[in-house]
Amino acid sequence: MSVVITEPRDHDDQHDHDHEHHDHKPRGIKRWLYTTNHKDIGTMYLIFALVMFFIGGAMAMVIRLELFQPGMQFVEPHFFNQMTTVHGLIMVFGAVMPAFTGLANWMIPMMIGAPDMALPRMNNWSFWILPFAFLILLLSLFMPGGGPSFGWTFYAPLSTTYSSDSTALFVFSVHIMGISSIMGAINVIVTIWNMRAPGMTWMKMPLFVWTWFITAFLLIMVMPVLAGVVTMVLTDKYFGTSFFDAAGGGDPVLFQHIFWFFGHPEVYIMILPAFGIVSAIIPTFARKRLFGYASMVYATASIAILSFLVWAHHMFTTGMPVFATLFFMYATMLIAVPTGVKVFNWVATMWRGAMTFEVPMMFALAFIVLFTIGGFSGLMLAITPADFQYHDTYFVVAHFHYVLVTGAVFSIVAAVYYWLPKWTGNMYDESLGQWHFWCSLISVNLLFFPMHFVGLAGMPRRIPDYALQFADFNAFISIGGFLFGLSQLIFVWVLIKCARGGVKATDQVWEGAEGLEWEVPSPAPYHTFETPPVIK
Amino acid sequence: MAKTRSIRWSLPTLLLAASANAAAMPLNMTKGVTEISREVYNLHMTIFWICCVIGAVVFGIMFVSILLHRKARGVQPAQFHESTKVEILWTAIPVVILIGMAIPATKTLIAMEDTSAADVTVQVTGSQWKWHYKYLGSDLEYFSVLATPREQINNRFPKGENYLLEVDRPLVIPTGQKVRFLMTSDDVIHSWWVPAFAIKKDANPGFINEAWTRVDHPGVYRGQCAELCGQDHAFMPIVVIAKTPEDYAAWKATEENRLAEEKAAEQELLAMNMEMSDLMANGERTYIAYCAACHQPNGAGLPGIFPALAGSNLILNDRRAHIDIILNGKAGTSMQAFGRQLSLKELASVVTYTRNAWGNDTGDAVQAADVYRVQQGEGE
Amino acid sequence: MAQNKPLIGKLVLVTVAMFGFGFALVPLYDVFCDITGINGKTAAVAATADNAVIDTSRQITIEFLARPNKDMPWVFKPEVFQMTVHPGEIHIMNYLAENPTGRMIVGQAVPSVSPGQAALYFHKIECFCFTQQQLAAGKNMLMPLQFYVDPALPAHFNTITLNYTLYDVTQAWDAQQPPQDNIGE
Repeated sequence: MSVVITEPRDHDDQHDHDHEHHDHKPRGIKRWLYTTNHKDIGTMYLIFALVMFFIGGAMAMVIRLELFQPGMQFVEPHFFNQMTTVHGLIMVFGAVMPAFTGLANWMIPMMIGAPDMALPRMNNWSFWILPFAFLILLLSLFMPGGGPSFGWTFYAPLSTTYSSDSTALFVFSVHIMGISSIMGAINVIVTIWNMRAPGMTWMKMPLFVWTWFITAFLLIMVMPVLAGVVTMVLTDKYFGTSFFDAAGGGDPVLFQHIFWFFGHPEVYIMILPAFGIVSAIIPTFARKRLFGYASMVYATASIAILSFLVWAHHMFTTGMPVFATLFFMYATMLIAVPTGVKVFNWVATMWRGAMTFEVPMMFALAFIVLFTIGGFSGLMLAITPADFQYHDTYFVVAHFHYVLVTGAVFSIVAAVYYWLPKWTGNMYDESLGQWHFWCSLISVNLLFFPMHFVGLAGMPRRIPDYALQFADFNAFISIGGFLFGLSQLIFVWVLIKCARGGVKATDQVWEGAEGLEWEVPSPAPYHTFETPPVIK
Repeated sequence: MAKTRSIRWSLPTLLLAASANAAAMPLNMTKGVTEISREVYNLHMTIFWICCVIGAVVFGIMFVSILLHRKARGVQPAQFHESTKVEILWTAIPVVILIGMAIPATKTLIAMEDTSAADVTVQVTGSQWKWHYKYLGSDLEYFSVLATPREQINNRFPKGENYLLEVDRPLVIPTGQKVRFLMTSDDVIHSWWVPAFAIKKDANPGFINEAWTRVDHPGVYRGQCAELCGQDHAFMPIVVIAKTPEDYAAWKATEENRLAEEKAAEQELLAMNMEMSDLMANGERTYIAYCAACHQPNGAGLPGIFPALAGSNLILNDRRAHIDIILNGKAGTSMQAFGRQLSLKELASVVTYTRNAWGNDTGDAVQAADVYRVQQGEGE
Repeated sequence: MAQNKPLIGKLVLVTVAMFGFGFALVPLYDVFCDITGINGKTAAVAATADNAVIDTSRQITIEFLARPNKDMPWVFKPEVFQMTVHPGEIHIMNYLAENPTGRMIVGQAVPSVSPGQAALYFHKIECFCFTQQQLAAGKNMLMPLQFYVDPALPAHFNTITLNYTLYDVTQAWDAQQPPQDNIGE
């Protein structure tokens, strides 16, 4: 496999008429429109994800504002539902997934000693269709009848017979997002499969590469299923089919089976690369090799495989027969095992290391603790009889925000701090970064931790107004939410400051950093590894 | 840390303001009032404590490591980086813990699903945004809708103690008897949830689901719809009153009588003509309770999803179709058939109101008899 | 590189196959439900009544529920709310349907059995739910259901609830008819 790496880059691609080999880059907007450079595309993905994070975050602020006190104050229930729906869609498909794809674009070629992604032209497309997907989604909010208001899970028949006219736009937008993700995933797989530098054997690959490789397989397995289910929603709503309509012989619960067949692997799509990031950061700052590398790879793979067997744990209340419920309960509990192995390995990596606590390490440590808390609530949710009480309450909201915000988002932020000096050539402002970390850590827990209690006390999710007993906690949660939102402005400040200048970073950047990406200069030149490195 | 300090500053005032007339929120899952709900609570606590112990051990080791193994203390990093023995150990231990957890969970689940030999069966039907209860083997059936006035929701009136958790006609069940619920839905998916019974079961359109309970103590138990079902998802609570079997039997007899009397009164109404002002006043009340959520209090609707009634072509030009759509709904849309939910008086009033409010000045006074004729398929 | 293409080809194939798999889940789910009774759907075709071994030692309570959907104006109810049967015995239950409106309406009854797994043992020899039913303005009719309970019904089932939700499918029915003057408005 590695022999081919030494050959020149792909010239077979029929559209590939310009060249990545040029040392100079085009200027102005054209550079970004036409770029096939993995670093440019990675940067665009990351900036796009950040913009989407703030747009989705603004919607969360609207939600928290309305929930600040009982009663309807600021928005109508219909608009509130649009906010929860679009917030979810944007954060999942617009912020977390593109951010990981951006990191993959930037780092995977540099980590495996490849000059670029395997399919640079497709890389350009897969990015540039993304803004259009979200433009369509956001513009649908201004249609008469409003945008999608059926939750990001768009359960039929709420999303079919009972949805507003803009549903076609929603479907179209999800299709484009799906195509973008699939193209990105194919690119990642081909790159890792074919473009590793000589000597970069499978079991020498950094874990970020491994986790992304497995994630990419999950993506091509499940994004088409999502495309299929939105297509069924489209035809049910507009073309008279009855996939999910009991009157025509369909079954609304079938929608949930298909959706969650996509949806559960999807949550691992959003967390496996995070495992890879944390597995890179912890050893660097503990100055000690990652404990149990091989078991990390196997755990990742087994999580990915198990993720296809647990989808119906989102559907315990739909009335499945006992044997099916039990199967999904056991399979779900089983996922805790490989996930636990990962956490134990990280702790073992830290044990008897020589740790320092720069911002990436702080976010990674927070990730381990808070993601594990999200894992615990996930385990509780797996216990079916108890799930009947937790299901569709704020307990679930707390659970998946711990996993997605303090899990996925914290890992992305950690990754940005970790590799920012490599990208810009400048060290970020450490004390501002620490401010960002501590403000985020405190506010995120003010925001999401009380949600556990609110949920246990019986507050359903996706409601714009609630009973009085929940008032104090919701006010508290909202304040946490506003603070968390504000804290992220510090992040933008750090990023801008670092992009503009600062202390020059060394090539290795971090004392304990190991891997090919640290062997190229900082900032990483426009083209790296045009001749493959030699792996010891 | 200026930000965190400001929270502490503002929080006490805030808490006081919001909690003026609210009961304190419990911090944990309810133990409930049934054997099953207590089992569920115990399962919840068991798994919670297991998680706490695991968390304490793992995070404990991690924090010790953070304290001791820091470069600032001048330590040299160790070199170990794998151990198959340890990996096997920390794979096996969680498996054992999980098996220990799965056994009681399985037992409780099987008990929850055993709906056989019920004493009372109630069919529960969700629709946007109300519940309908039907006692099987009896004519007794009724809708149960939110009783909290709109003025409280819109913050014009102070909120009552059971804000958003109160309905006009609660479900009544006997204590000590096995009550079975058959859930279904008329439109989208709803979910019938009463925490005190540990029942949460989806109501799927076209399908039935079962759940059961046996309540220990008389009392009022409140819950909510738990599955997003459209814009007024937050406004379709559930209230169940558990009465002793004697009280329950008495209540049921009274209700059945009342139902029969209401039907008789309807017939009398057919011969009467109501005053325009009565029709309008009645109609406005009914409109606000049943129609305004979608068509809006000002009749303007929500363009693209709920049609406007003010200036509506159908209302202004086709009186029969107007009555018909209110009676029979419109297939494939959110417009329900209100013929089964509302009394003739309410129907006549709401038709009159919508024909005369917001500039729809048709001047028509529609009487119960007019509605009845359309209902019976006769022309006007 | 030359051998990117076979790999891309395979990955695209997986993608397309998974898109197809999404749709294949629809019939697969039906098959799975038929085997396991997972969603309480009964068979949509008539059963035959040849295995008429009557098990008089068991009594099964059958509950009949009928509900017109919210936009279906028919009156629709079973003659009795429940009956007790022996497994293997063939019974007939009549449902009364009445169309009180001034227009022809086509109805489709959708059955659902609870507990779901019991659906596998509830056999319908003849049922109005197999086809769409038309009812002219102001008319009523009796709609028969002929059924028996399979003697193989597992012992822990002693009550079977059969629910019919009746949908107004006039629009879909109209769309299928050759253009002609329909009854009603």
